[in-house]
Order: sequence, then C-alpha cells, then structure tokens
Amino acid sequence: MAKYAVTNPVLTDPLPIYGSWTEEDYKDVGLISGLEVHQQLLSVRKLFCRCPAGIYSKVHDAEILRHMRPTLSEMGDYDGTALMEFKTRKEITYLLKNETVCTYEMDDAPPFEIDELALDSAIYISMMMGLQVVDEVHIARKQYLDGSIPTGFQRTAIIGVTGSIPLNGKSIAIRQLSIEEDSCREVQDQGHDMIFRADRLGMPLIETVTDPDMKTPDEVASACEVIRQLNRATGLVRTGCGAGRQDVNVSITGGTRIEIKGVSSIKQIPVLVHNEALRQRALLAIRDELQGRGITEESIVDNSVDVTELLSGTGYKFLSKALDKGMVVSAVPLSGFEGLLVVPTQPRTAFLKEFSDRVRVVACIDRLPNLLSSTEGIETLSSSEWEKVEKATGVNHGTPVLIVWGNKRDVKTATAEILIRAREATVGIPEETRQSLVDGTNGFERILPGASRMYPDTDLPPEVLTSERLDKIRSSLVLTPWQRLELLKNDGVNDDLANRLSINQLFILYKELRDLPDGKNFNHNQLASLLLDRDCPRPKSMAALQWWRDAVKDVADGKNLACGIWLSDNEPLAQLEEAEAKELFNKAVAELDDSLSLQAAMRPVMENLRGRFSGAKIQSWLQEVK
Amino acid sequence: MGDYQGYRTPALEVLEKYEAQIWSDVTITTDSGNFDGLILPRSETADEKHIVIKMITGYNVGLLCDKITDIKINGRREANYKIPEKEFPYTEGQPRVKLFGTGGTIASRLDYRTGAVIPAFSPGELYGSVPELADICNLETEKLYGVFSENIGHEEWIGLANAIGAEIEKGVDGIVVGHGTDTMHHTAAALSFMVQDSPVPIVMVGSQRSSDRPSSDAAINLINATRTAATSDIAEVMVCMFGPTSDQYGLLHRGTRVRKMHSSYRSTFRTLSDIPLAMIDKNGVKPLKQDYKMRRPDNNVKITPVFDDRVSLVYYYPGMKPDIIDSLIANDYKGIVIAGTGLGHVNRPLYDALDRANEAGVAVYMTVQTLWGFVQMYVYETGRELMGLGVVPTANMLPEVAYVKLGWALGQTDDLKEVEKIMLSPVSSEITEREPHNGYLLYQGGIPEVEEFTSRNWK
Repeated sequence: MAKYAVTNPVLTDPLPIYGSWTEEDYKDVGLISGLEVHQQLLSVRKLFCRCPAGIYSKVHDAEILRHMRPTLSEMGDYDGTALMEFKTRKEITYLLKNETVCTYEMDDAPPFEIDELALDSAIYISMMMGLQVVDEVHIARKQYLDGSIPTGFQRTAIIGVTGSIPLNGKSIAIRQLSIEEDSCREVQDQGHDMIFRADRLGMPLIETVTDPDMKTPDEVASACEVIRQLNRATGLVRTGCGAGRQDVNVSITGGTRIEIKGVSSIKQIPVLVHNEALRQRALLAIRDELQGRGITEESIVDNSVDVTELLSGTGYKFLSKALDKGMVVSAVPLSGFEGLLVVPTQPRTAFLKEFSDRVRVVACIDRLPNLLSSTEGIETLSSSEWEKVEKATGVNHGTPVLIVWGNKRDVKTATAEILIRAREATVGIPEETRQSLVDGTNGFERILPGASRMYPDTDLPPEVLTSERLDKIRSSLVLTPWQRLELLKNDGVNDDLANRLSINQLFILYKELRDLPDGKNFNHNQLASLLLDRDCPRPKSMAALQWWRDAVKDVADGKNLACGIWLSDNEPLAQLEEAEAKELFNKAVAELDDSLSLQAAMRPVMENLRGRFSGAKIQSWLQEVK
Repeated sequence: MGDYQGYRTPALEVLEKYEAQIWSDVTITTDSGNFDGLILPRSETADEKHIVIKMITGYNVGLLCDKITDIKINGRREANYKIPEKEFPYTEGQPRVKLFGTGGTIASRLDYRTGAVIPAFSPGELYGSVPELADICNLETEKLYGVFSENIGHEEWIGLANAIGAEIEKGVDGIVVGHGTDTMHHTAAALSFMVQDSPVPIVMVGSQRSSDRPSSDAAINLINATRTAATSDIAEVMVCMFGPTSDQYGLLHRGTRVRKMHSSYRSTFRTLSDIPLAMIDKNGVKPLKQDYKMRRPDNNVKITPVFDDRVSLVYYYPGMKPDIIDSLIANDYKGIVIAGTGLGHVNRPLYDALDRANEAGVAVYMTVQTLWGFVQMYVYETGRELMGLGVVPTANMLPEVAYVKLGWALGQTDDLKEVEKIMLSPVSSEITEREPHNGYLLYQGGIPEVEEFTSRNWK
C-alpha cells in the first residue's frame, strides 16, 4: 500500500479558489483561453426557411420522433463525438408549433435560399471586426448528434476570417466569424429519452471565434464583453435572455483544449475558467502519478465481474431498489488507481466524478448516485459486501472497485466507458466538451468534436459575394464601441457617460446630433446624459425613434428639444439642492393623474427636474408616494 | 497535366501557375490576407472565378482568383470518403435475402462534379454502415445499376425482373431492391406485372434523406425492408417506406396501388384507393389486409420481361389541342394513357384526334387525374362519346400504373383485343373490385378534430 501513497501537493493540498491566484500563477500553469461567442441576429425570418424568428412558446401542436446515426465527413472520417453519441441510443422527440416550424425544421424539406438580410448582417459584423470577408460563401453541415437539431447537422458558413479586437492595450485575434442556424431548446434529457422544442431551431446567429489569446480568467470575460458590445453596437443582433451564449475554450501547459459549452452569462466566465485550469492541473498530476506507478493504456484490462447475485441481499437502498427491478450490477476494479479517485479536481468535485459523468452521459444511467467506489469513504455497501466484491474481482483491499447498475445493455456500455476513461487518465486530459454548472464547476457533456464533423451542404450551391454588395455594406459601417469611446472622450463627455453611451444604441443619435451644423456648440456631456436618461423614450419602437428624430430636427432648427433642455447651452444646467428638487417634485406629484403607472408617471414628474437633479433619487421618491 | 478537377479559366490558370492541384495543402496569399487550407475540386455548375479551400476547421470557403498573389504548397491530403466495407457475417439458420442496388438517395453521396449528391454506395458499403442487417438475415448484394430513379426505364425494369427471376429460381427467401424514390412506384408496378406469382416477398426500398445525413431514413427503411423480405409471409411486390415522418414504423404498400405523394417528406408513399398491406417495425410485420398472396416453399415464378415503349401518358388540361394526340399518332405510338378530368373526361376538340388514333390502331385508355376513385364514363355524355371513339376506361388503375401496364401488354401482343383483355384483367390489385371508405383519407389540417388527432399521434 505504501508504494501508492499520493504525495503530490497538487493532489493533496486544498484547491486554490478563484481570486486567490495572481496573473503570475496563471502564467505558471500556462493558462490560455479562447472564446466562441454566439449571438442571434435580429432577423424577421429564420435562416433557411420562411418561418418567423424569435417567437417562443411553451405549448406545441405536434411531435415527431427521430434517431441519429453517425456519418462520414467530407474527408472520409467518422467524428469521435458522433460515435459517442451513437452509443447513447437516444430517442429524440421534437415538439412542433405550427406557427414557428415548417417542414424544413422537421427535416422533411430541403432548405430554401439563405436569408440575404441575415447574411448582410453577418458580413457587416465581420467588417466591424476587421475580418477578411470570403469571396464565396460555402454552406457546410456541422454534425450534431446530440439531438439538438433534427437533421443531425447544423447548416453553417464562414463569412470572415482573421481580424482582431483591442483589449486593455493588447490585441485579441479573431479567427473567424460564421453564420449558422440556432438549435432546438432542450426540454428534457432523461435516460435514453430527449425532448426538444423546435421554435428556436433555424434562427440565424453569428459565431465569433477568437484565438486563445487570453491569459487570465478575467481577461476572457473582458474579451467576451468587448465582442458582445461590438455585436450590440451594430443594432443587428438580438439581445436579452438566451440571445447571446458563449463557449469558452481552456487549456494549460501539457493540457488539452476543453470547450465549456453554453455559458449564458459573462459573469460566470472567470470562475469557470479558473476551475477548469484546476481540473486540468489535477488530471495532469494524476496522469504523472499513474505513469509513475507503471500504469498504461495497455495495462488497464477489463476485469469486470457481474456481481448481481453477490449483492442480491444488499441493504443499500439505491442498489436494492434497482435489483428489485431486475437490473444487473457490474464491478469494475481499477488496479493502480489507489488513493486517486478521491482527490479533488475542482471545488467540491473528486476525480471519481469523471467516471460518474461518462456513465451518466454515454450509458444514460443518469439517476445519481450512478456508481459507487469501494474507496469513497462514505456509507454505501457494508464492509462485508465490499469484501465480497473485492474478492470476486480479485483485488486487495484499498484497490478501488467501481460498481455500476442498470439494465444489461446500459451496464455493458457503462463498464466499457469506465475503462475508456481510466485509460485516458494515463494519457492526460481527454478532449471534451463540458457543460458549465451553476456552482462554477463543469461536467462532461461529450467528446470534443473536430473537423471530422464537417460536410459540405449538397442542397445549396455556393454564393458569390459581389464587390458591389461588399462595398455597399462597408460604406454603411458604424463606429465600433472603442472608436465611439474615443470620439465621446474627445467631445468632452465624462468617462462614466462615455462608457455607457459607447455601447448603447443611442450613440447613433448622439452622433447624428453632434454632427449637425451647430452640433459642435452643444454641451456634449449634457446630450450624452439626456440620451441615457431612462425617462426618455428608448429607441425600441418606431414611435420612440420618431420622437428622437423630431428632437434632432428641432435642434437643427434651433429650437428647444421636446423635453425642454437647451442643448446649445454651453453651461451645464444649474444643479438643484435637494430641498428645491423636493419642492418641484411635490408640485408635479400633486398634478399627477392617479391612473398613471410608476414608469409613465416619471415623465411628467421629470419635466422641470431633468438634468438638474438625480433621476434615480426622484424615481425612489416616486416609488415611495405611488 | 495535373488534376484540377472542375476548375476552368481564369481560376484554372492561377492554380496551374503555382502547380496547386486539388488536394494540395496550401497557403494562399491574397491582397487582403492569407488563407491556409486544402484545395478542393470545383463543382462544374459553379463559376470559373473562385478557388475552394477546406480550412483546418473543416469549413470550406471560396476565394476570388483575381485576388491571389501567391500559392505556397505545404503538402497533400486527399479525401477518402469510403465506408468500411465489411464482409457480411453468415449465420446458420437465418433467411437468405438478396439485395439489388439500382442507385437513388438510399445509396448516395456527395459528387464533386456537380456539388450535389449522386448514387455511389455499393450495397456492400450499405450494410457496412447498417450492421443491424446481420441480425436479420444472411444478405447477398448485387449492384445492377447506379442511377437516380428518373433515369430508370423499361430496360432496367426488364433487367430487374430477369435478375429477380434468377434469384428466386436459386431459392432465395426474399428480395430487396434499393431504388430512388421518384419513380419507385413506376418500377414497383412494372415488377408487379413482369414478376408474377413469386413464392417470396419482393420489397422495394429507398430513402428521402440521403444516407450521408445523421437523421437519414435510409437505415431504418433498409432494416424494415430486409426484415420484410426475410420474415414476412406476403409474397408480393411491395414498397417499404416510412409510415409517419417519425422514426417509428414503415408501411408495406402494394406495388400497383402506391404513389409518391410529397416531394420531400419521409412519409411520402401512400396507398391510394385502398389501405396498405401491412405495418413493419422492429417487432416484425403486422398485416392490415388479409387478401395477399402467401409465401410458398417452391421456387416457381412467372417472369414476363417485355415492354413496348411506344406508349405515352397524357395529362389532360383544359384547352388541350388535338395536335398533342396527332403528334403521338404521327410518331408511331402504339398506346396512349390519358389522365382525364373528373370521372375520365377530355374536351370536345380532342374527339377527332382520338378518332384518328382509333383508326390508326393506337390503344387509348382512360384514367383519372384525381388519382383516387374510379373512371366512370357512363355518367356524363362526354364519357359515353369518348368510349364511342374507342377510349377504354381502366376502372381505378392509377395513371402511372396504367402507363406501365399498357407498355407491358403491348410488349406481349399487337392484337388490341388481347391488349384490352390484359389491361382489364387485374394482376395485382391494380384494379380493385371496390374502394373502401378508408382508402381515401386526406384529412385537412387546421380542423379541430384533425388537430386533436395529430397532437396525440406521431406524424
């Protein structure tokens, strides 16, 4: 036993939590990270059919059932992910709503021509990032056998390659921007049954891929923020819940590119990146430990034993219940893994979870706990039962034995998968796509797909992007957020307002106003402040836009703005004392129509206060009285 | 001379200048930046100005050749799109099934020449990708043709009939024919007439989504068809394709009553004016009709592999001019099947032409373009007049089936009386005595009770 004592401090010391590491610490482990930022385009229709985009519903009119089989890539290879997904033998149900799904999404009709407006938007954003736009767009099929797309592939095309964005004085390389179809929304994934809603399926989105240029977790979040802001600055993308999602790629020196999929909030990114760096650091230490013990891929053999009979009288309730249902139990000894299954790989997560995750995803044994380890140190089987299992598998006490149960076919898959994962541990870190979990850790989702899942879409011909089309788009480009920031600062707008306005849609109006013949005479700080005033109409509706256009026109005509602020006044408005403000407020409230909502009431209340006193404060007063 | 498949001048000149043949791993310098990738063949239908490369990510992009200032060749890597062809395992005691390949979507893959899909898989590759077939039968395969079904005609029908006859005589337990779906019902009808009294099932199968797609219906259709051929006691020519669009069960349609009814749906095949013979899924065949011909232990079969292709199918439209009929007479056609309106009608201006056809000894038969229902030429005066001109009603034979049967009948005899006898004697339910009420079920979407039904059942 002594020869297998774990001494590597990486495996024995407490894990450093996020926040405790410096830039230097990340440099020591060699952290690099890249992003794949997805953002839905603000289109009326879906990308390859004429269904409306952006209409979600919780009900459906019909269901269809599909299965997926792996197919070859254009280069003649099978993709590892596809083969893994095939092992899961999923029954996939799609929920269809008549209004949002046609025969195309059902994969019962070929695609229609690509939505040219969405394509223009993707070209536009590519140009904003300084990417080289391709001359001819080739639509590809990217295999997804996880069920999220009924065809089993996503139609996608590269629009631009090789550009960059600035980040804190350095430059982050943008590898490519593609346009693609969004996938279905998952409703349920239990055992071998999956359910998806098809309403989101086929909506156009763009994916921006960076090089792995980020070296700290915080830098990854900042880069994501810049890309998100750039997308939004164009006004061509959807915003709000689910409209933007990102995959974060992480690796450390000696590690492997791991893709953490579907991170919906930028705030989550730093902790996820940190924890993945820890996981890779631990897995590499485990590999070194195994190699030191002489354990190799070849030395790990299948010594699993069916212990269904042996454990028939167990008092461990999860197992006894399963046995009552006629399930079988397999015991898989892992010689050479002594002391390793319990070492932490991420906060609150031991190495054992790597095995449990594979069993959950690949064998679809997803009721937890889905496996037990003889060395876990928690109350599961009795010690006499463990002794029997150890005897049956021919190992000494202390050598871990994993126990997995379920129906015969799934247990066979699970046993094979445990051995596959054990062999991978001797090599290093398996290439995986991992899901982000709410506690900042991540879990196995599938084997990382590669170029082998690409296949040209034979249903649509390549589309040439004419120079006329590209020139027209280029001539209409707006300023990027970082160009806007520079302009605002040069105009004398204070840092806070400049930061906010540079990523706001209303910047476009700001620019229209300041570019007016006498625009240079405006108080630009005042204008920025007014534009960001929550009380002014947001530019979401046509009516609101018109309000602003009228305002612009009024100013151009030398009139007051509709909301009563002199923009050409070089002096900032005199700020009111709180008492004066309160007096004006009380007067306005007394004249208020009681039927007005809180939001609607702000407008008349602000009439004589705008620009002269804190809007937030006034809002809080109003909340009190309403 | 290098391999620059599909490229034409000016793109070809650029590639030749740098000797960058297809499958070269290259770095292309353009005036807007560099691109790394593999030069792919170019589709002949795409323009002559762009060069296609596959980037390391697997994505393809096209580059305008005018922009290219240099191509550096780093290596070469050729695509090898080939499903591992495994030898089919032999299991003692399993039925012997023969699979004939003719092409079509069930066996298609990417073609660089056109950029679309072509029929290319050998039947061997087919079961290399569908190993489940080994649990059903001992399969033998033979590639007879490799074409899309629109290119299948009477010569292929005759070839297939003869090949099937030979297999049956050798004692096979069932036949599967892989076929493109577009004209599968024509071939099914032809085989129904050319191969009669088969002792074993003859099952035609195809797919609506090509087998290079993960959600293709090819595998399930092939499994269902093979199971039918191996185990079913229905010894008829059938089409085996999806029942609903869901991966749930297949339907076995009689070869003379089946028709492709949707350009792209998986569940495109429907039995018209009758119900399908049976349902088929992983649990086996579940008959829906009882009047089918039973499997027999003998090796006897009647093969009549003849066809006269001087037959036309004329789809009548209002305002049709007599020259359509006259041109067929002038071109020595021997038979015309009309898909008439309603109960079997055409307009008055055609009468004289039909009379001339009759005089010239052209056999003219009437079917209905409504597809469902019987021809009935007594109800209206037009029908009676047409019959007076020698037009023969064909009861509820489908127009395409009548076309195939007329060519087959004329292939056997020139005697029009004899032809009429053959045409009107049902061989395999191409004419039925009666049409059951559920032989015509076209439920209208949107209606509450239909919506309620569709919300509860697989589509």
